[in-house]
Amino acid sequence: MTLNQLDVGLAAKVTKVHSANAERRRMFDLGILPGTVIEAALRSPLGDPVAYRIRNSVVALRREQAELIEVQVVTDTTERKTER
Amino acid sequence: MSAQAEAVAAKHCGACSSCNTSELARLGIKVGGWDYMVALAGNPNTGKSTIFNALTGLRQHVGNWSGKTVRRAEGAFNYNSKKFKLVDLPGTYSLLSTSVDEEVARDFVLFARPDVTVVVTDATQLERNLCLAMQVLEITDRAVIALNLVDEARRNGLVIDERALSRDLGVPVVPMAARRGEGISDLLRVIENVAAGAYPTRPRRIKYADAALESAVESLAAQLVAAFNNLPNARWVALRLLEGDASIVRAVRDGTLGAFKQPDGVVNLVQLEAR
Repeated sequence: MTLNQLDVGLAAKVTKVHSANAERRRMFDLGILPGTVIEAALRSPLGDPVAYRIRNSVVALRREQAELIEVQVVTDTTERKTER
Repeated sequence: MSAQAEAVAAKHCGACSSCNTSELARLGIKVGGWDYMVALAGNPNTGKSTIFNALTGLRQHVGNWSGKTVRRAEGAFNYNSKKFKLVDLPGTYSLLSTSVDEEVARDFVLFARPDVTVVVTDATQLERNLCLAMQVLEITDRAVIALNLVDEARRNGLVIDERALSRDLGVPVVPMAARRGEGISDLLRVIENVAAGAYPTRPRRIKYADAALESAVESLAAQLVAAFNNLPNARWVALRLLEGDASIVRAVRDGTLGAFKQPDGVVNLVQLEAR
């Protein structure tokens, strides 16, 4: 699944970043890398953008940006703690 | 020194290849009048401006970076009978140029070669902040990490082992709470030590295990040095080329790498400052 499909309150681990060029660079700069655990924190009234908790800070991503980030839902809570 | 005399001195000095005054003039930096130049880098909202104001006492000169609509603040301070010029770089998450701000910050650290680059980091967001710190350490040896907002980190129950951090990064780390003035005197002392070479820095650089990548970087870097006279940090530029950084590729293609357009207005500004 991709990040935009993640329900608010759930966390998922990034498996692949499909963004290209400058945007890919920006995702990496913000700490979105394969292995990073991301939690969907808040949805805006129209559902786009969505705020995600990434490495202890909150980043808002547009749907078309989140669609390029492949994730896997994390169920193990210990994993969430160690990797944030 | 009169404006004229200074211009002559700068011209004379710029003729020798061991200094970078011509580069500084291109970046719109007034040459001379200080012993050490210090750049202040950091993520947005890390207290960079608070530290800038604490060091310079609000005596700052605000303008724009030449040809860019990016705010630039400069100031100066004296410490230990040495004059320091302080340049505030735009707050960025990265130096890898996805915005004009990042390009300005990157060009300054890369081409103006400040004597010390202070990377202001937010102790409560250290993981994300260290991304920029690592990038700065890839470009320059002389860096200091200002670990700001330690008071807030403490309140959140975070304790940071700054000595271990300093050992791992190979550069000094100064814990600070700039809002309350904590750590300012330590920062001044460390800046002077690094500027004067009394504190030997050994920045941690990322090693690339891939032999093919290493040889590609080496051969590219050698060609860059040959094509661009005395290019500082050719290795870093080579890595960006291999990565496909559009702005660096463009700069290499039209031969403007390290050379920046200098609108006439900036020259006048320099003369005004000298008066």
